[in-house]
Parts: sequence; C-alpha cells; structure tokens
Amino acid sequence: MLLLPFAGSLCAAFLPSNARNREAWLAGAITLACTIFIAFQYPAVADGGVIRATWQWAPQLGLSVQLRLDGFAWLFALLISGIGTLVVMYARYYMSPADPVPRFFSFLLAFMGAMLGVVLSGNLVQMIVFWELTSFTSFMLIAYWYHLQVARRGALMALAVTAAGGLCLLAGVLMIGQVVGSYQLDDVLAAGEIIRAHRWYPAILVLVLLGAFTKSAQTPFHFWLPHAMSAPTPVSAYLHSATMVKAGVFLLARLWPVLSGTDLWFTLVCGAGLITLLLGAASALFQRDLKGILAYSTISHLGLITLLLGMNSPLALIAAVFHMMNHATFKATLFMAAGVVDHETGTRDLWRLGGLARVMPLTALLATVAAAAMAGVPLLNGFLSKEMFFAESIFAGQSMLVRVLLPTAATVAGMLSVAYSLRLVRQTFFGPLSTDLPRAPHEPIRWMLLPGALLVATCLLVGILPAVTIGPVLQTAAISLLHGQLPEYSLKLWHGFTLPLGMSVVALIGGALTYAWLRKREARTATNATRWRLLDGRHLFNVMMVAMIRSADRAVRSAYSRRLQPQLLVILAGTAALAYGIATRTPIRASSMPLTPPSASFALLWIVGAVCAISAAILAKFQRLAALILAGGAGLVVVLTFAWLSAPDLALTQLSVEVVTLVLLLLALRWMPRRVANLAYPHTPLTIRLRRARDLLLATVCGAGMATLAWLIMLRPSSSRIAPFFLDNALPLGGGHNVVNVILVDFRGFDTLGEITVVGVVAITVYKLLRRFRPAPESMTPKQLRSVEPVSTNTPDLNAVLPSGVMRVPAVLGRLLLPVAAVISVFFLLRGHNAPGGGFVGGLVLATAFIVQYMVSGTLWLESRMRIHPQYWISGGLLCAGGAGIAAWFVKRNFLTSLEWDAHLPMLGSVHLSSTLVFDLGVYLLVVGATTLILVALAHQSLRGHLQEAAS
Amino acid sequence: MEAIIALAIGILTACGVWLLLRPRTFQVVIGLSLLSYAVNLFIFSTGRLRVDQPPIVGDAAVNAAQLADPVPQSLVLTAIVIGFATTALLLVVMIAVRGTTGTDHVDGQENEP
Repeated sequence: MLLLPFAGSLCAAFLPSNARNREAWLAGAITLACTIFIAFQYPAVADGGVIRATWQWAPQLGLSVQLRLDGFAWLFALLISGIGTLVVMYARYYMSPADPVPRFFSFLLAFMGAMLGVVLSGNLVQMIVFWELTSFTSFMLIAYWYHLQVARRGALMALAVTAAGGLCLLAGVLMIGQVVGSYQLDDVLAAGEIIRAHRWYPAILVLVLLGAFTKSAQTPFHFWLPHAMSAPTPVSAYLHSATMVKAGVFLLARLWPVLSGTDLWFTLVCGAGLITLLLGAASALFQRDLKGILAYSTISHLGLITLLLGMNSPLALIAAVFHMMNHATFKATLFMAAGVVDHETGTRDLWRLGGLARVMPLTALLATVAAAAMAGVPLLNGFLSKEMFFAESIFAGQSMLVRVLLPTAATVAGMLSVAYSLRLVRQTFFGPLSTDLPRAPHEPIRWMLLPGALLVATCLLVGILPAVTIGPVLQTAAISLLHGQLPEYSLKLWHGFTLPLGMSVVALIGGALTYAWLRKREARTATNATRWRLLDGRHLFNVMMVAMIRSADRAVRSAYSRRLQPQLLVILAGTAALAYGIATRTPIRASSMPLTPPSASFALLWIVGAVCAISAAILAKFQRLAALILAGGAGLVVVLTFAWLSAPDLALTQLSVEVVTLVLLLLALRWMPRRVANLAYPHTPLTIRLRRARDLLLATVCGAGMATLAWLIMLRPSSSRIAPFFLDNALPLGGGHNVVNVILVDFRGFDTLGEITVVGVVAITVYKLLRRFRPAPESMTPKQLRSVEPVSTNTPDLNAVLPSGVMRVPAVLGRLLLPVAAVISVFFLLRGHNAPGGGFVGGLVLATAFIVQYMVSGTLWLESRMRIHPQYWISGGLLCAGGAGIAAWFVKRNFLTSLEWDAHLPMLGSVHLSSTLVFDLGVYLLVVGATTLILVALAHQSLRGHLQEAAS
Repeated sequence: MEAIIALAIGILTACGVWLLLRPRTFQVVIGLSLLSYAVNLFIFSTGRLRVDQPPIVGDAAVNAAQLADPVPQSLVLTAIVIGFATTALLLVVMIAVRGTTGTDHVDGQENEP
C-alpha cells in the first residue's frame, strides 16, 4: 500500500505533459485506493489492535523496515489519503492547462507516499527517512512554479528550516536508540520511564522538539510557512492542512507517552505552543493576502495543538488529536476556497476583494461555514475542540500564575481567531462588490467545489453529532496512544453552563468587537501592518543565510588556492609530514637480511642516471630538448636496472614506453612557447629565491625520505606470502612459465582488463581534446623554419615512391623495419606466457613501427596508402579481452577463468591453446591502437596547422 | 646494491618533486615522469633485489624463495603503461591550455614575476 503512491509517482512522471485528465485519473485512482484500503483496516485497529509487517533490512544494526498501523496511525493515514484524494480532484480543475502537470502529480503522489511512510513507520530511523523525504518532496512542490523567484525562495526556506530540524530529530532519535537499545517504535513506547529518567533526557527532548517545531512551524521557526504560500493552492491546501505541518505534531503525539510528563516538557512545549498561538493569531489579523491569513491562522492552530500536547494530561492529548482532524478539514476547505477566489478573480488581496457572495454564492457558503468552524462557532467541529481546549486550559497548571495565564491567553487567542475569521469572510464575500478585479468572477464548475463541500459536510456532521461520527474513531486513536488507559471524556455539544462555555461566548463577542474596532482603525489609517514585520523571521533567516555563505566563502578563500603550486606544495609537505609521523612511531627492527653484493658498474650506471635526472631538473625550464633527452637517459638507466635485477618484462616494457614517450614529448615540444632566460634582470628577486629555496628543501626532504624508506624496506626480509603462491601455481593453474605474465593475464586478469580500458579511454579522450585544439598563434610556424624554406614546399608529392631530399634513405630503412617489427611484436606476444614478452611489449613495438612510418614518410603520404584506424584496434582489443573472459561463462566457470585446450593437429603435432592468449591478444591490439591514436592525433595537429596556414 | 637503489630512488624523487613545484607545464611533465621512475623503482624494490633470478619457472618444481618476487613486477608493469597514458593526457591538456590561454604557466595565467 505504501509503495502505491511512489509507483504512481513514477508513472505520473512519464506521462506526456498535456495529459491533464489522465494524470488526474491516475492520481485520483491511487489516492482513492489508498483511502479505501486504509478505511477497511479499521476493524483490525478499532480496539487497540496493531497491524505490523516487517522486512529485515540491516539486522546487525537493529534496522528493519517495519510498517505499524495502530489506531492513531490509522486516523492519520486516513486523513492523509482522504484529503489527498480531494486535493487531487481539486487540482485537476485548478491547474492551468499550460502547467506541466506530470511534475505536479508526480511530486504530490510522492509526497503523499512519504507522509504515509512517516505515520506508518514502526521504526524510528525509517520514519526519519520518510520525514526527510517529505521535506524534499514538499520543496519540489513549493517550488513548482520555479520561474517565480518568490516560489524558489519560499521553497528554499522551507527546505532549509525543515531539513535542519530533520537533522536535529535524527540526532535525537539516535540518542533514543542508544538509550533504549532499539529503534523499534514498540520498544521505544514501552521504555518511556527509562528515557525520562536518563541523563540524556533533556538533550533528547530538545532535539526531538527542534525537529517537530521546525516541521510544524512553531515560533521561532514559523517564518517558513507563510513564504511557502507561493506554492500552487492545492499544494498549500494539502501541505498546510493535513500533512506536512501535521507531521511535527504527529511526532509529538506519537512520542507523547515517551517524552511527556515532565516539567521540562510542559515548559518547552506549552511555551512554544502558547507563543505561536498568540503570535500567529495576531499576525493573521493584519494580513492583506487571503492565503497569508490562512497561513498565519495555520501557525496559530498548530500552536494550539502544541499547547494542548504540552499540558501533560491525557484529556488534552485527546483534544489535540481531535483538533488535528478538525483543523485539517476546515483549513483544507478554506485553502480550496481561497484558491477558487484567486482562480476566478485573479487576486488574493483582501483590500480589493469584496462582495463575492453575490456572484459566487456556493463558494461563499462553503468558506463561511469553514471559517465559522475555525472561529469555533457552535454546531461545528471547531467549537467542540475549542471547548475542550478551554476546559483543559483551566485545569492544566499547578501554579497560580499558569492557572490565570493559560485561560486568559486561551480566551484572547479565541477572540483573535474569531476576529480574523470574520475579517476573512467579511472582506472577501460580503460588503459592496468590488469593481476593479483583474477578472470578472463567477462560480467555478461544480467539481471544483465538491471536495470543499464534502469537507464542510464533515465539519457539520462532526459538529452536530460528535458522539456518533467521530467518537469511536477518536477513541481508537486515543487507546492506541495511551495504551488503553482512557480517561473519562464526553463529546457533547451541550455540557451545561460551564466555564468553557462562558469563555467561548466571551471569545465570540470579543472577537466580533475586535474586528469592528480594527475595521475602524484600518479605514482610518489604511496602513499596512509593517510593525509585524519585526516579528517576521524571514529577515533573520536571510541575515543568517548571508552570514553563513559569507563565512563559508571566507573559509574557502583562506584555506584554498586556485593556483596549482601551493596545492602541490601542501600535498607534498603534508604527505612528507605524515610519513615522518608514522615512521617515528614504528619501531625499526634490526635485520639479518643478507644484502646483495654491490657492483661497481651498477654504481657507475646510477651515477650517470643521477646526473641525467639532476640535469633534466635544472634544464627543464629553458633547454627543453636537452631536458627531454636527459630524462630519457634516466629512464634508460631505469630500464637497465630492471634488466639487471631480474625483471626482464619490466625492462622490455619500460624500454618501449620510453620510446613512445619520447616521441610524444617531442611532438608536444612544438606547441610550447619560446622561452629564453631573462637577461635583463640578472638578479633574481628575493621572493623567488626564497621560494626556490623552500621548494629545494622540500624536494630534498622528500627524496631523503623516500631513500630512507626504500633502504629500510630492503633491509628486512620479505614476508610476502603471495609471491610463493604465484610462483608455485603459475604453471599448474595458469599454464605459463613467465609468472609476471601469468599474473597479468590470468590471476589478476580483471585488473588488466580495467587497465587496458583506462588506456583506451585516455586515447579517445586525447583524440577528442585535440579535435578542438586551437594552437597559440606564434607557434603556428616557427621563425627558423620559415626562413629556411617556404611553407608551400612542405606539401609532399603523394605519388612519389620515396620522399625526396634528406629523408630518402631513412624512408627505405624505415619501411624495411615495418615487417620485421611486426614479426618481432607477434613473437613477443606469443611467447609472452612462457618467456619475457607479452601483449604490452608486443603492442608497443608494433606501435613504434607505425610511428616510424609516419616519421619517415610524412603523414599525408602514409595516410594516402595505409589507413591504420586505431579506433578499430582499440575496440577490437577490448572485445577480444572481454570475449576471452566471457568465454569462461559458457563452460560454467567464473569470468576470466583461463580455459585450456590441448589439441593434436595433423602435421603440426600437439598444440597447447589457452584463452589467456586471446586475452593477451586483446591487450596487444588495444595497446597498438591507443598508442597510435594518441601519437597520430598529436602529429595531425602540425599538419592541420600547415593546412590552415596554406589556406590563409 | 640496496644502497645504490635507495639513493637512486631518493635522487629521482627529489628531482621530480622539485620539478613538480615549478611553474611551467613542461617542467611539471618532466617532473612527473621522473617521479614515476622513482615510484616504480620503489614499488619494485619492495620485492627485494635479486640478480639473475627472473620469475620464470621451469617445468621442474622450483624453490620459490630463490626467484624474484613477481607481484611488484606485475604491478609496476601495469603502472608503466598507465603512466604513459596519463602522461599523454596531461600533455594534451597542457598544450590545449596553452592554446586557449596563451601561456604555459600551470595556472593558465602569469603570476607576479
């Protein structure tokens, strides 16, 4: 059942945007189905029964998905889905055909699902998830008309406030979970005593209350609610009558048996409720906007409910639940009526509206009855709950002050609510008919009024026959909340001449008088109620947001630099410091490892290597070519080291990579700007010298650190248990003699597959980046070249067999090299499994041969005769490697398991075939393709430069 | 041998780090290349040094402790190829930035002298 709205939401999202009717039907059917389903659950929960459905989620964390339906949850679920149905029906006629309705209904359904999730959750963590989901979906709903800045701002405010509250609530719930040892609602409800006695209780209470108060718009967090009024009216009607804001008070009522009963609870909850009640009512009195009145009156009624919940008496709790339902019915009606007025007249300004009862009598009737219920006029449901509220306010407090204060405040709030209800109805529907309305008002179509009419009928029924209609339902809810210990209460219209009745009378008369007085003042001064702006939290909110953003900005600016050098400096220095910190804490054991005897030629080799590296570091600024060659020299020394120290595969690979890297860097050199030492300033400024000294120091420290680390590691005997495994099993399991190759293509084949994919992706990225490459203007044609030979002669003769000029001899040799290189590369590939070689080396050798062809023959000449199509090589390689892996599936083995096949062929004798060869072939193809693609793409840039120049 | 390798790693690292901290893109590329030599050698050296004992097993059972450690070797082999690919990417980004910003400074704009 809970999944239904979400599924519907998904469906609705994918319907075309003009399918207004289909959307509405879908949403209506889903909400109605939910309503009916919930309604039929009533017998099961009627006398305190609880329906539970549990799925395990993360049992080791004590988390499970549990749905729990008791009387109270049932009541709320019915309210949510019932009013949801009516709102969908109303929205069908409210939304204009131009609005993208799929989004609307989709979010509305998702929101409804989230709300149902909150009330039906049997697990507190799960409830938080749904709680945050309501914050999020309501954000989307409020921002529905996102082209309006007001809507965006209001939505952001609502999200910021309620989500922040949600985080507090999460913290509170986690603490509850720690105290109780379980997040299950049943366990928590049973552990009220423990929680109240725990020393964390104040913190838990404050955190949970923060969550509930932000959601239910209690002072001082009330300010988001009026701003959320920029949402479409059906959204307001739904969010602010039955659902979103009720989630907070729902939570308070839900946890009432656990958290209430202490003085702290009384002070905090009653205090917030009382202030909200009065403030909301007073603000409502001064609003000009029709929906503004409703918003503030909602705040005030929520304050009333909170106040009731804070009174620590079961009767007050029942009154609170009762008022939640009543408020939902009449407020939804009023919002719908406000929407109708807005829809038909084009304005919600109370000063412009007037006398609408003459043109839209039905709407006027519905709104008047609903407003009367809000004011607490007898025969309507609002009257009953207000009576209960008055009665409770008299008996609530212990101290004398509270005893006087609460009833007085209650009466004043009652007066105010009568006054703003009167004002709402009087100025909209009665008095002279206003003439300057943007649209000529008329009665909307009946279907739009039907939802409101149904709700008003409920108000009346409940108001007149409370014991019959609402009595059993309320009792069910109360039983489930109070665990069966139900206090005596009576739902009757007439209790006799009691103090609450007197208070009601005072409130009614006083409210009428207040309104009359206010009208006179308003007519006299006609000023907007700017002074109430001071109480508006919006200003505060904005100030806070701006301060937060500014401080975040400042923090970022102080801790972050857009420049690369400081970042690298921090990273390197941080790494060095961290490594040092770890190293000093680790005891260094003496070793008994026999060292490899040193060799003089090896030392000489590395003297050359060190000189190469240091000179490359010094020359890299001005003498790029020299630095490149020197770095290559250092690389060559590394190659020899690998060869010397029993790593022939590495030596081969490094050697071929050195070649292609050198070609790559040479190609790139062309696009670098000329740089000459600045002879005009022989003295380098001090700051730069300091910076260089600092960098040198850091470099030395890093180098010394790495050297020490390597030295210490090599002093200790190897404790690797993996190496013996591979060495022992390479032949029996992998079928190859070369262990490194077996690891690459068999044991760790999946890594290699990932790696070659990366190489392929990089090659394609390089290609793509260079397609949009714009060279710097001065590097188009180097000056020296221009002086030696004119550009036009650079175009080669495509029909010549051999290029003319100095390249003739190299061209012949280079072409002879190609077949030889191809054979060698295949040789490397095939023998790789058993001897040094393999796909990587073979691929690089072939790629080098291709590049040599480009170099000796020229790009245009070569490409007019031979197309290499590196893309095909890359994709072929990936397919080959992946296919070799997948082939294992066909014989029911795991991905990339090697398959072997020994065959006896005539003439050739016994042949050993293994799927790893296919895999290695894939590596080979990909490496050829990727390397060629990168280098050729780079080489083409020069060509394009020439072509552009020739064209211009 | 061990000492020579350790010193070599140290010198290559120092040169690489120094170049990484320089402002010109080409210096950074060369620096990364030197640093990757150092890191490859370092990873390789964690398998301890052996002379003339490549990890190629014969048909007869071998004493595993006698041969060089194949695991760092295969790691480094992968690293070499990936290193080439990333160098190429860096290089292309570098010359593309040079083309669009007109400078070869690593930040895309000249700083104070």
